[in-house]
Amino acid sequence: MFLSPVQITIARRQFLRSTAACAGAAALATLLAPKIHAAGGLPSIPQIAPKARRVIWLTQSGAPSQLDLFDFKPNLKSQFDSDLPESIRNGQRLTGMTAAQARFPIAPTIFKFAQHGKSGIWLSELLPHTAKIVDELCVIRSLHTEAINHDPAMTMLQTGHQFSGRPSLGSWVSYGLGSENENLPAFVVMISLPSGKTNSQALHERMWGPGFLPTRHQGARFSSGRDPVLYLSDPAGLTRNQRREFLNTLGSLNHMTHDTYQDPDTIARIDQFELAFRMQSSVPELADLSRESAQTFERYGPESIKPGSYAANCILARRLAERGVRFIQLYHRGWDQHADCPGGLKSQCYDTDQPTAALITELKERGLLDDTLVIWGGEFGRTVYSQGELTATTYGRDHHPRCFSMWLAGAGVKPGFVYGETDDYSYNIVKDPVHIHDLNATVLRLLGIEHDKLTYRHQGRDYRLTDVHGQVVEDLLT
Amino acid sequence: MNYVGLQLALVLVVLLHAATLARETDRLSYTRDIQPILSANCFPCHGPDASQRQAGLRLDLPPAKQPSTDSGFPAIVLGSPEESELVARINAHDPSATMPPLKFNKTLTDPQKLLLARWIAQGAPYENHWAYIPPIHVAEPKVANSNWPRNAIDRFVLARLERAGLNPSPMADRSTLIRRLSLDLIGLPPTRSETETFLLDNSANAYEKVVDRLLASPHYGERMAADWLDAARYADTNGYQVDRDRQQHFYRDWVINAFNRNLPFDQFTIEQLAGDLLPAPTREQLIATGFNRNHMVNEEIGVIPEEFIAEYLADRVETTASVWLGQTFNCARCHDHKFDPITQRDFYSLKAFFSIAEEQGLARWDLPISINNRPYLRLSTPEQEASLKELEARVAEAQARHDQQLAEQQKTSAPASTESVEALAKLRAQLTELEASIPTSLIMAEPAEPCRTFILLRGAYDQPGAEVTANTPSFLPALPEQLPRNRLGLATWLVSPQNPLTARVTVNRLWQSIFGTGLVVSSGDFGSQGALPSHPELLDWLAVEFRETGWDVKRMLKLCVMSATYQQTSSISPTLLVRDPSNELLARAPRVRLQAEFLRDQALAASGLLARKIGGPSVKPYHPPGLYEQVVAIAFVDQTYQPGTGDDLHRRSLYTYWKRSVPHPAMLAFDAPLREGCTVRRSRTNTAIQALNLMNDPTYLEAAKFLAARMIQEGGANAGDRIAHGFWLVLARPPRAEEGTLLLQALEKFRSDYAAVPANSKELLEIGVPLPDRLAEDSDLAAYTLIASLILCRDEAVMKN
Repeated sequence: MFLSPVQITIARRQFLRSTAACAGAAALATLLAPKIHAAGGLPSIPQIAPKARRVIWLTQSGAPSQLDLFDFKPNLKSQFDSDLPESIRNGQRLTGMTAAQARFPIAPTIFKFAQHGKSGIWLSELLPHTAKIVDELCVIRSLHTEAINHDPAMTMLQTGHQFSGRPSLGSWVSYGLGSENENLPAFVVMISLPSGKTNSQALHERMWGPGFLPTRHQGARFSSGRDPVLYLSDPAGLTRNQRREFLNTLGSLNHMTHDTYQDPDTIARIDQFELAFRMQSSVPELADLSRESAQTFERYGPESIKPGSYAANCILARRLAERGVRFIQLYHRGWDQHADCPGGLKSQCYDTDQPTAALITELKERGLLDDTLVIWGGEFGRTVYSQGELTATTYGRDHHPRCFSMWLAGAGVKPGFVYGETDDYSYNIVKDPVHIHDLNATVLRLLGIEHDKLTYRHQGRDYRLTDVHGQVVEDLLT
Repeated sequence: MNYVGLQLALVLVVLLHAATLARETDRLSYTRDIQPILSANCFPCHGPDASQRQAGLRLDLPPAKQPSTDSGFPAIVLGSPEESELVARINAHDPSATMPPLKFNKTLTDPQKLLLARWIAQGAPYENHWAYIPPIHVAEPKVANSNWPRNAIDRFVLARLERAGLNPSPMADRSTLIRRLSLDLIGLPPTRSETETFLLDNSANAYEKVVDRLLASPHYGERMAADWLDAARYADTNGYQVDRDRQQHFYRDWVINAFNRNLPFDQFTIEQLAGDLLPAPTREQLIATGFNRNHMVNEEIGVIPEEFIAEYLADRVETTASVWLGQTFNCARCHDHKFDPITQRDFYSLKAFFSIAEEQGLARWDLPISINNRPYLRLSTPEQEASLKELEARVAEAQARHDQQLAEQQKTSAPASTESVEALAKLRAQLTELEASIPTSLIMAEPAEPCRTFILLRGAYDQPGAEVTANTPSFLPALPEQLPRNRLGLATWLVSPQNPLTARVTVNRLWQSIFGTGLVVSSGDFGSQGALPSHPELLDWLAVEFRETGWDVKRMLKLCVMSATYQQTSSISPTLLVRDPSNELLARAPRVRLQAEFLRDQALAASGLLARKIGGPSVKPYHPPGLYEQVVAIAFVDQTYQPGTGDDLHRRSLYTYWKRSVPHPAMLAFDAPLREGCTVRRSRTNTAIQALNLMNDPTYLEAAKFLAARMIQEGGANAGDRIAHGFWLVLARPPRAEEGTLLLQALEKFRSDYAAVPANSKELLEIGVPLPDRLAEDSDLAAYTLIASLILCRDEAVMKN
């Protein structure tokens, strides 16, 4: 369905009215108030009334085990250490790590599962805080992908293609929708390291890269510390007044250059230096968590006082969302539990469970969950069989692309809802498979974009995030 | 008449009266007017890809060669749009009949529909795709203004300008010219004395002398290498997952050297693609073959080797096709190309050239140090070679002893002794250490047994289809019988006179290096979806000239920069801003931002910090702390970033260590690619992140401090002269009066600020390495540092003017 420009304007207006009604959004400083009109997006977008204005993607790098967190398989208990039936594996290729393993012994989770909330969604005891917000979640147990190793799988998850060269989802969104805050980038990336000693997979620039889109759409890395954005701070020994003086002089020099060359690019450069100056105020204010209340830190848990932790990044994510940043992506590393899966997961859940739940709670309280889509998940799942030694207390799990779990929450997705089903071994999907392309198509739909209509011509071909695939999963949508 | 035709008859009568159409005197060109419409909108379903072809209709061939359609209605009836189903369908309102189908989101505009109808009315003349027709030496066009042209380039450019009723722009002043030339030919600004010499040189060939000096400079090779290394996807790490180091700088230095000695481009091609197959190849010729080993390799333990071997081979095919043929072969990896006549068989036939000995899908990941993957060339000294032989013999001996012991133990069931195991492990570790201390370079080597190659169905590594043998693409002239069917034959074929693409694609990229944009804007795509050349005759003339005068790169560049076209001012007149904002017609010189490398190099050169050593291992300049540690793999190898010291901080940017997962952020901010694959054209953006980088990156602040010191030390006693010296060093000109006044005011302001708060000046001057001498009061030096920073940050300095 196409909307006429008038319909789109009306939809936008209604949308803004509902947002403006939220006290949280209204309380923002004028400097950082999101501009009413998106800047820099494509004129043809949104193509349909958007449900979400922004995305917070909580990327769990390394691939969290669906078997120990979301996909409860009570029948496995009795099959401890028995071999995975060949009929289940059914030719699934193995990674180079377990291909030589003599047996594929079943490793039931050692964690207890229980139902939570009004929705009665099953969750592992590793996620006590998530359990409290479970009625906000739309859990998908039937994600699947092709890649079986981290690098190609994460590249697939982020760019819709296993190999490098394609734009990331955030870059596509920046390209299509532009920015809502002229003082901040449209696409921000924050990375945290695990507090425990778990196996951390490398992340690559390409995962938030613009591919063949113009480079300005690349994700801007934010970090805690002196320079949340690279080279943001003026050098020691230079005052703000001097920087202003510097830019006034620079502006005059550049206007003289413009008088000579009449090049519109010169005017654009003057504007970009002024934007840089504004970012020098807006970004530190944004990254400064010191004025957050003690209650906030308590909510996000003990790690949140440590700059650069996942928990601190969750607080930052909320602050970025409040300021209209379009696409906020967190990466938390360390979910690669080839060995000591129980120990690794405890440590990872300690890092992520409480802050994730706190973020959802706060977004909801501030009215932001209505127009923010939150996504939680990793690049693939883990095997039901143990990699390496299996004992009563420990096991390892290898990579598993055929099924894994994720959840969505917020704008436009059904709360307290479970979608998709796997077999008794969480090995194959038996109902409602959702491919990465389907997930991406659905995310774009929520943002008001039809995935097959957001294209960019490169090497003569109109490329899109979902390549020639992707189906919006209508069942997930409100 | 068929159903659709009937339905639309009325519309057609009004819209497309054949008589009216035929009377149009303006002859349409298939290449210029029609092919772009058909290609973008129709070819995906009615083009070269047989598997996707709908209704049996093929529009990429002339009607006489088109198969008959499933319906039997001819898509094109020559001279008769009314009877042509094509015209009926593109004008159909019935959603089930209209073309292109609504679901593809492609809509033809009314002018496009009319063009197609007019073209059919004119007899639907087809032309072969322009890029596949061999270029011919076109006669230089006649021009009215015969005074302006200085060489052939100008006559082609002027002829088009005169047709458009435009005049060329006046010549740029000498300061602008020498800075432009220096940045274009060596990627560095001119020194003050070079500029002054040129300004005072009254001889008729003053300009040409500068050109010749620059082309002879050893920095010329560095400048040219910067572009080539993007195409060659050169980097210092493996790229996937852990992204460990590789040793490949010998290849980078080979490229620099090849440009400096002006190795003819045909030889440059042959040595990189097939140096190992030349008779008695030299060490340098072997290193050159590193070109096709620059691709990423995966070292993730779980990797399935076959999957990645397929990936590496595809990379070699795509890169080679992109660099030499300007063709998007990657599209034909899974299916026939949708727009161009590249079949899937063509892709795999080309792939068959690129198998190498000892191909490893999974790179070495199990060592604490980084070792190149085989095949490589060991660049050892005779002493190292001797120790290596000795140690290898000792390992073999220890192995034998160990095996023997093991056998005895098994026979006697005696308890195992760890002695021989330990001895062996120790020797092995020694060998690894010695091997790691000897530099190697990645090279190509033919497999002992020829590898078999199969078409991979849908491109999947585990879905082999029909077997193919090495061959050149079927839509291009055949590989001559007398050439070997290996990489040497392929390389020779690429630079043979029959090949319509290589010379065009290469001169276009050289043009892009100098003018900022190619004559074919899409420099990596000369296919039917690529841009048409802005000056087709000029492109062909240059291509033939290049090929027939010995593939002489320096000669072609000299031709470009000696042209009056190049020497125009880049000021944009109000007329041109409206008539030709993108400067397609070249009625002015281009004005473009310096590329990432040369922007930093300029600051280093102007400040006097630049270490001018050429070649050697990559270096680690300043880098934001913590940036690496957040993303690199923690396991396996130590990957913290340790900045270099001394000259390593101030080498030219093409020597900066290129880690693919985290390339230097300042390079990325200024549009450098990741180097994960071949790039023949960079974007050019203008962002706030760049502004922050220029203002606050310690690289630029340190350069500003040293530039300030030079201004004080060399500029003279008074402030005006000192500021002027800064201008000379960066902009190759003195300040104009109003610029001088403005900066003097700013200087006074900053100086009094720092005099009032001396601690601030001290802090500002702590950035980067310390100045060798105390030249002035801190407050003075700090104030000049800000003036120097202003000069480096300003638009004129960031741009080539």
